[in-house]
Amino acid sequence: MNLDGALQTFFAEAEELLTSMESALLRVDEGAYDAETLNEIFRAAHTIKGSAGLFGLHSIVGFTHIVENLLDQVRSGVMAIDRDLLSLLLNCRDHMAGLVRDVMNQEEPDADRMNRGDRLLQQLMQRLGTGDSAEPAAASAEPVAEESTQRTPGTWHLSLRFGPDTLRNGMDPLSFIRFLHTLGEITQLVTLDDHLPEAADYDPETLYLGFEIDLLTEQNRAAIDDVFEFVREGSDIRILPPDSKIEEYVQLIHSLPETPRRLGDILVQSGALSPACLERALQRQSTQDAPQRLGEILAAQHCVPEQVIETALDQQKKVAERKAAPENRTIRVDAEKLDSLINLIGELVITRQRVDLLSAQTGHGALLESVAQLKGFTEQIRDAALALRMVQIGDTFQRFKRVVRDVAQELGKSIDLVIGGAETELDRSMVEKLTDPLTHIVRNAIDHGIEPVDVRRQRGKSDTGTLRLTACHDSGNIVIEISDDGGGLNLEKIRAKAVANGLIDASTHLSDHDLFQLIFHPGLSTAERVTNLSGRGVGMDVVKRNIEALQGGIDIDSVLGEGTRFRIRLPLTLAIIDGFHVSSRNTHFIIPQNTVLECMDLASLHQVKGRACINLRGEQVPYIRLSDLFALRDSERHGDERAKLVVVQFGQERSGIVVDELHGEIQTVVKPLSPIFQALKGIGGSSLLGTGDIAFILDIPQLIELAIARESRRIGKSAVTQERAS
Amino acid sequence: MMTRERAGAVAQAEPEAIQQFLTFRIGQEFFGMALTQTREILEYSGVTEVPLMPKFLRGVINLRGEVVPVIDLSVRIGRDPIQVQRRTCIIVVELEMEDQQHILGLLADAVSEVIEIAAGDIEDVPAFGARIRADFIQGIAKRGQDFIVLLDPNNALSVRELAHLVEVELQ
Repeated sequence: MNLDGALQTFFAEAEELLTSMESALLRVDEGAYDAETLNEIFRAAHTIKGSAGLFGLHSIVGFTHIVENLLDQVRSGVMAIDRDLLSLLLNCRDHMAGLVRDVMNQEEPDADRMNRGDRLLQQLMQRLGTGDSAEPAAASAEPVAEESTQRTPGTWHLSLRFGPDTLRNGMDPLSFIRFLHTLGEITQLVTLDDHLPEAADYDPETLYLGFEIDLLTEQNRAAIDDVFEFVREGSDIRILPPDSKIEEYVQLIHSLPETPRRLGDILVQSGALSPACLERALQRQSTQDAPQRLGEILAAQHCVPEQVIETALDQQKKVAERKAAPENRTIRVDAEKLDSLINLIGELVITRQRVDLLSAQTGHGALLESVAQLKGFTEQIRDAALALRMVQIGDTFQRFKRVVRDVAQELGKSIDLVIGGAETELDRSMVEKLTDPLTHIVRNAIDHGIEPVDVRRQRGKSDTGTLRLTACHDSGNIVIEISDDGGGLNLEKIRAKAVANGLIDASTHLSDHDLFQLIFHPGLSTAERVTNLSGRGVGMDVVKRNIEALQGGIDIDSVLGEGTRFRIRLPLTLAIIDGFHVSSRNTHFIIPQNTVLECMDLASLHQVKGRACINLRGEQVPYIRLSDLFALRDSERHGDERAKLVVVQFGQERSGIVVDELHGEIQTVVKPLSPIFQALKGIGGSSLLGTGDIAFILDIPQLIELAIARESRRIGKSAVTQERAS
Repeated sequence: MMTRERAGAVAQAEPEAIQQFLTFRIGQEFFGMALTQTREILEYSGVTEVPLMPKFLRGVINLRGEVVPVIDLSVRIGRDPIQVQRRTCIIVVELEMEDQQHILGLLADAVSEVIEIAAGDIEDVPAFGARIRADFIQGIAKRGQDFIVLLDPNNALSVRELAHLVEVELQ
C-alpha cells in the first residue's frame, strides 16, 4: 500500500509542530511565557503522538506519550519549571525529531538513538516520579489513556463511514481503530458490510466497510476529532458525545446511508436508546415531512426534556465555533510548482515587453492603450507571484535561539540573543542557503567572539554577552547583521598568522579592511584554542563563497575589545527586478532601479580637476566609466560630449556610472549566467530585452569594489615604477 | 558515400557497438562529438560579447529565452580564433557535469555530417602529434583518407576548468 501522500503530510506537520514546540520552549527559557505557551508545547507533542499513532509508528507514540504526560503536569502547574527540566524537554524534542527523521529516511533507529531515548525516558520517569500525580514507571512504550483529574469517562458513539478511496489514499481504517484504543476502551464495535458488492464487482482497493463504535473514554471531543483529521475529507465521520440526546441519535440514524432500522438496533444494543423510544421516533418520523424536526417530535413525546435538547444543540454550536477558529488559513504548495509559475511569469514579462515594442511601431491608439493596460496587470501579477516566494526572516532567526542556548551552555558562557527586523522578507530560496553560513558565524561569535565570564569582568563588561541578529532592507538589498560585544578581531594576530601561512609578505601594508578580509581566506583561523565547535580553520572561506553564490557580499567591522560585526548583503530576490536600461559601446546593461538616484549629462557637470569625480551640488561623487572598466571596444565613435551619468546609491556611498545611452526603466527577468562567468565581478546576471538582445545586470557594490581594486592596483604599479626610477 | 556504406556494413555485423558522431570542421581539421550530447545547430548570429573574457569565450546567445555561453573551440584546442564566415555555426551541446546540466554553444567553421562509427574502428590517441591536449580526445576515427578527432567534451568543455581560465584572465 502506498502511504507516501499521507506520510509526507505527517512529516511536514511534525516538522512544523516540532519547530513551534522548540520556539515555545525557548520562550519559556527566556521567562516570557504564559499558560498559552505551555498549552502550545503540550498540543504539539499531543498532535505528533496522535498522528504518529495513525501510521502505527510505535517508537514515536511510545516516547512522545511520556513526554506528553510530563507536559500535562507542567501545564496544569503540578510540576514547576526549571532550567534542567527545559533542557530535558528540549532534548526530548530533538529526540522526537530524530525519530521522525528515521521514519522519513526509512531507517531503523540506530543504537545511539535507542540509548539516547532510554536515557531520556529514565530522566522523564524520574521527573514524573517526583510529581504529585505519579505515573507508574511501567508506562513505557505502550501508550495508555491520559491522566486527567477533571474529566470523567463517558461513552461516545462513533459512526465511521470512511470514503471509498481511503485505502487508495494510503490509509488503513484499522489503524484508526487501533489508535482509538489509546484513547480509551472500545466497548462495542459493529462492522457494517451492507455495501459489499457481489464478488464479481468487488474492487479490492475500494473500502466498503463502515463501523459503529462505542468508546469509553475520558478524552474530550477535540481529542477524538483529531484521530480522524487525515481522513475527514471524503469520509463521513460522526461523533456523538456521551451526553447526547435521543434526538441526535435519531438524526444520526437518518442521515447515514444504512436503513434506520439497522442503525437503530445497534444503538439500542449499545444502550444509547431504549427500544420503545426508537420505535416511537421512527414511526412518527415516517408520517412527517421534515426529518429535521425530529427533535421536536421527541421532545413533544417527552422522551427528552426540551431544555436538554437546547443545551445539547448549544454545545454542538460551541464545538463548531471552536473548530472554526484556530484553523490555519494557509495551504501547502510544492516549491517546484511555485518556481515554475515564477518562470512562466518571467517569460510573460519578456513577451509583454516585446508586444510593447511592436505596438509602439504601429502607432495604433487603441492597441497602445490595451498594451498599457496589459503592462499594469503583468506588473501586478509579477509582484503577487514574487510575494508568494517571500518569507519573513524571523523563523530563520528563531532557530538561532537554540544554537545560542546550546553552544553557550556547552562553553559555560552566558549569552543573550537579541533579534531585530524579524519581519524583514526575503526570497524563500535564499533562506535555505543562508542557514549554514549564518550558523557558522553565530557559532564563531559565541566561541571566539564573546569572552568567558572572568575575562569579561576584567574588561569591565557585564557577565552576559550580547549577540545581535538583525535584518533590514537597504536600497534593494537585504542586509543581515550579526554582531557581538566580545573581544573583537585582533588585527596583529591576523597579520602574524597570514604572514606565517605565507598569505602576505611581512612588509605588505594592508588596510584594516583588507586585513579583516583575510579571515575569509581558506586556512586562516586565529583561535589559539581549538574547540570542537569551530576553529578548525575551515568555514569562513566557505561562508564567503556561499554568500557570493547568492550574489551577495560579506563585510566585517571589528574593534578590539569591543566586538565584531558581520554584515551580509543579499539581493532581495533572484528572479525578477526593476531595472534601468543603459548602454555603453553598444553593450546593454541594466542597473537595478532601486540603486538609481538620478541621471544627467556628464558634460553639464563640474568635474573635479585631475580626478574621476564630479561636483554634484557641493558633494564630491566619484564615477566609473563602464567602457573603461569593462574594456568595451569602440565600434563607432563615441565622445564624452554625449556621455550620460547615472548616480547610484549603495549604502551611504554615492557613485556615478558613465554610459553612452539611457534607455529608460524596464522590468527584467534575471537569467543567471553560466558558472563559467563566476569570477566576473560587477555583473550579477543577464537579462533578455524586448528586442531579444542580451543585457548584463550590474551588481553595483561589486562594481564599486572592482573600481577600487583597479585603482589601487594602478596606484601600486605607478608607485613601484616611481621607486624604480628614483 | 564511402563512409556510410562502411558504417552500414559494420552495423550489420555488430549492431550494438555503433555510435553516431556529429562531425565538424575547424580550420582544415575534422572533429567529431557524440550525437547524443549535441542538441541543435544554429547559424552564427547575435553573439553578445561578455566584457573582459578570455579569447575562447566568444560571448553569450539568447537560445529561446536561455542565456548560453559560446566557446570558440579553435582557441580552446590551441589554434587561432575562428573568423566568422558564411558557414560558421554554433553547435549547442548539453553536458552533465558535477550533477548539473550545462548548455554550451560551440563555435565551428562548418558542420559536416553525422557519421556512424563502430566501437572497434575508434583508435587510441597517438602519444603525440595530434597537437591537442590528450585528455580532450576520446579517440580517433578514420574516414577515407581523413582522420577525425573525436572530442571528449567532459574534459575539453569542463565547466570547472573554463571557469578557472576566466578567473586567471581576470586577475
